[in-house]
Amino acid sequence: MEFAGLRPVVRLFRSPHFVKRLLAPLTSLRLTVTLLALGIAVVFFGTLAQTEDGLYVAQSRYFRSWFSTWSPHTPSLKWIIIPLPGGYLLGTALLVNLIAAHIARFKFSWKKSGILISHLGIIVLLVGQLATDMFARESRMSFAEGEWRNYSEDFQETELVFLSDTSDAAMQSVVAIPESLLKTGENFVLPVLPFTFKVRQWMPNSDPVFVPPMMAQTNAPQTSHGIGRVFTFTEVPVTRKMDDKNVPSALLEIASTNGTSLGTWAVSDWAGEPSLKFGAQRYWVRSFSGATSTGQMEEAMQQYFPMTRSIYSKLIEPQSITVDGRKYSFLLRPRRYYQPFSVQLLKTTHEVYAGTADGPGGEGIPKNFQSRVLVDHPTKGRREVDIYMNNPLRYEGLTFFQYQMGRDEVAASRGTSTFQVVKNPSWLTPYLGCVLVSLGLLVQFGIHLGAFLSKPRNAAASAAAAPASTSSTSRR
Amino acid sequence: MKRFLPLLIPALFAVWFFKDLAPATDRGFAYSRLGKVPILFKGRHQPLDSFARNSLVQIYERYAFYDATEKRSIPAIEWLAEAMFKTEASRDRRVFRIDHPDLISMLQLPMKDDARGFDGKHYSFNQILGGTNINTLQEQSSRAAARAEAQRDTFDQAVLRLGNALMLYNALLNTARPAGMTQLVPELNAFQQAVPRGTNAYDAARAKSSDEKADLQQDPVVRSVARFLYQRGDRSDKVPLILPPEGGAAWARFADRMLEFVGGNTLPQAAIYWARMGDAYAAGDTGLFNAALIEYERYCVTQLPKDVTKAERETFFNRMAPFYHALVIYIAAFLAALFFWFRFSETARQISTNLTVLALVIHMVGLVFRMWLEGRPPVTNLYSSAIFIGWGSVVLGLVLERFWRNAIGLAVGSMLGFVTLIIAHNLALEGDTMEMLRAVLDTNFWLATHVVIVTLGYASTYVAGFLAIVYVVRGFFTGGLDSATARALTRMVYGIVCFATLFSFVGTVLGGIWADQSWGRFWGWDPKENGALIIVLWNALILHARWGGLVKERGLMNLAIAGNVVTSWSWFGVNMLGIGLHSYGFMNGAFQVLAAFVGSQVLLIGLGSLPFKHWKSFKGTPAAAQS
Repeated sequence: MEFAGLRPVVRLFRSPHFVKRLLAPLTSLRLTVTLLALGIAVVFFGTLAQTEDGLYVAQSRYFRSWFSTWSPHTPSLKWIIIPLPGGYLLGTALLVNLIAAHIARFKFSWKKSGILISHLGIIVLLVGQLATDMFARESRMSFAEGEWRNYSEDFQETELVFLSDTSDAAMQSVVAIPESLLKTGENFVLPVLPFTFKVRQWMPNSDPVFVPPMMAQTNAPQTSHGIGRVFTFTEVPVTRKMDDKNVPSALLEIASTNGTSLGTWAVSDWAGEPSLKFGAQRYWVRSFSGATSTGQMEEAMQQYFPMTRSIYSKLIEPQSITVDGRKYSFLLRPRRYYQPFSVQLLKTTHEVYAGTADGPGGEGIPKNFQSRVLVDHPTKGRREVDIYMNNPLRYEGLTFFQYQMGRDEVAASRGTSTFQVVKNPSWLTPYLGCVLVSLGLLVQFGIHLGAFLSKPRNAAASAAAAPASTSSTSRR
Repeated sequence: MKRFLPLLIPALFAVWFFKDLAPATDRGFAYSRLGKVPILFKGRHQPLDSFARNSLVQIYERYAFYDATEKRSIPAIEWLAEAMFKTEASRDRRVFRIDHPDLISMLQLPMKDDARGFDGKHYSFNQILGGTNINTLQEQSSRAAARAEAQRDTFDQAVLRLGNALMLYNALLNTARPAGMTQLVPELNAFQQAVPRGTNAYDAARAKSSDEKADLQQDPVVRSVARFLYQRGDRSDKVPLILPPEGGAAWARFADRMLEFVGGNTLPQAAIYWARMGDAYAAGDTGLFNAALIEYERYCVTQLPKDVTKAERETFFNRMAPFYHALVIYIAAFLAALFFWFRFSETARQISTNLTVLALVIHMVGLVFRMWLEGRPPVTNLYSSAIFIGWGSVVLGLVLERFWRNAIGLAVGSMLGFVTLIIAHNLALEGDTMEMLRAVLDTNFWLATHVVIVTLGYASTYVAGFLAIVYVVRGFFTGGLDSATARALTRMVYGIVCFATLFSFVGTVLGGIWADQSWGRFWGWDPKENGALIIVLWNALILHARWGGLVKERGLMNLAIAGNVVTSWSWFGVNMLGIGLHSYGFMNGAFQVLAAFVGSQVLLIGLGSLPFKHWKSFKGTPAAAQS
């Protein structure tokens, strides 16, 4: 008798309409249309936002999110705030709507087979994009002709690495701590290291200021050891622009295992980006010489370049500490992803169309970028392969794309190349989804067209003659 | 008579088209032969005629200019010959188009004055530079250039456009000889003999003090070298390469090759031909000019037979002007279709059909000829996308007409035909429309699949939108839209939207796959990708709204009209943002046109949403009372 109260529930569950009733709001076409309209709004505002925020920020704010808001960039219109659903929310809702509609209304008929197939394709596309979002990883591999690489580098994240100095490379122990763990005030006690360290300050983006030796006597250096004695690192706001890069730095305090301080050090990623190298040196030459015009600058470069080069080499030097007679170096560098194989850059080819390379920009219209590489796998052997535009190398679950090309700064005859290295386990889903949707639409519209062609149509004569009042169609 | 009109009128247009195919006969200077001379510009092998036309169109906005004093139209190649060889006369040609009144007054240029032949719009090089305010122009130009693209107003744009035109013109003057030289042959001879001595003298001059430098200006060889150095200038990317490969050297600009020969070799044969042609032209000697030209032609045929053949084909294509002819015929076809609606004369519909077919054939000949010349699929840039969208729309329009025979397909097809060709003409004002493709685009497979399909998606979305415009305009402004036609229109729009969904979806996803192949990601939320996605979503929205009964006839029409806005945003709007990986299709000044178009579509949707009692059609129908 105690269960009597549940009868209506049981009855409800047994009712064949229960599932339908529960799903009804989720299955409606009205919801589909609303979601599509919202989707258009999100894509539109997400595109507009890219003009100011840059691709990366706009993408994470509008598409890789659950909710967002959009406001115009004009200061006087800032009060306009348009709330928007995020890409994740819309994608999930569309998926639920689609699946629910098919569960509730599923009834196979040839007449609707096309719709079924194309919706299946849409599901594959949506799920595939979600998987890409979760599992795909992009990194870059850059080297000069003749160099070998067995790792690619992240272009957002850095890592703090400790290396023990030994002549035998295989014996060298490496500890890599990802940037996400390096927070101001954090203490690290690692069993493989004979010392502990504390992050005194973590700077997600930084600026190194060179302190000339005579100034160092008046101002106390930033750290007791290493580059912090020559440079003062200051924190600067994080940049979100597409063509700008965050260069993190950190101040570390190292202590022996019994707790006595061994001193402070600074580590910085300023050596990470090769393009920064030349820029930094020009900047110093300019500030030392006060040169303004191009001509003055050229002369100043001659005079100051050796000096700025030595300053720069100090900046990129790994920091080191000797504990118990063993030397450890440490540095902050772009996060590395090691691969079980190595790649050697053999030759770079950079072609522009004849007669276009001598314009004011000197860039020319690019005709072809091509890198020839040697891939060496310990068990699968070695082979040579060309990587060029629209022809990536797919190898061991990774895809290598030709991304940039340049010249070595020291030896200009030596070409350099950068590959975008993508690991995306679900890269095939768009291909499958595209085939399914196309096939489904072709079948469905083919059926429509067949039905249309087999029916008589109103010819011009009847259209002209038909009086308007015979209409029985309802218009809205 | 009525029976023959549907054939007679298109036949007259066909005659007009074929008449222009006939080769021009040269009286005096052999300009048509000069036009076929092969050159290399921006990496593309082309006839001098194409270079002349693409230069003139950037300055004057037409392919031939009308000279008010001579009272005749001067073709681009004649204008170029004069600029290259007879610079003094050329500098007085009023070819620089200036539209902005503030710029005209700043440069103190004369206003419209018919008596003196001034139209208040076109000015000569001498008029522009003769004013006292040339420094002001330079100042304004660097000020405008420093501003961000989005911040420039119409005056800034006018200043930059003029600056660019002047720079381009200056490049023409220095294409075949140092600007303004009338006697190059003797100069070259002396130059060749004295080169070794001159090289030393020039080196010495560079090392010496400025007083002695001035002294050395008296030395004829130093002067020659200085001349070629000046001819080379610093904006050499605007100067074409006119000297073909010879003796192991590649294609070269005139000045570059002259300076290369300072090393003391014999002068290239081609340079001597060019010098002889120029000297004869400057002296007004047609016989000598034509003789030198024919000799150079023979030289080219033996040295570069492939370039000569290609140059000949392209000159033929330039003369054919298929898109201009098709544009005019589309207008005629559209007018005939309108006439059918008001008079319901089957003859008018027949005329319109035949004219549309004729224009489509000419349009297609142009399209295929371009593909053959370039060795590329039909769409490679914004210009060719306009040509192709027009072609696809007309085909769809004719298919619709084949089924319904109510002139609606004809009207929509021919209208889209001429609108897209006008857009193409305006895009061509930027210069060469067959420019070489950047490395990432250099793949015929993806150009033939993704680009063609997505462009057909644009075309069909526009066709659906324009069909809906027919519904609103005919229904609101005329009593001519009966319910049978309205039903037919509904089915047309629905069918075309299905078609558009298929093409825009497949095209967009193929684009994603191409991106996956070349950049390593299927979808990167790039503006152009997003624009295409919006079209797909919009078409899907229309279909679902229709299936769910959320919209009926009129709602469908309004949604389809909004499809025009969505497609225009993707086609041009996103390029105006000036960001993203696809921004190579950027164009200036089209923003106002786009805004006006969007405004007009919003207005049409507004009219389409008014209750039926305000419409001229559907009065007194039961449905009208309900809504």
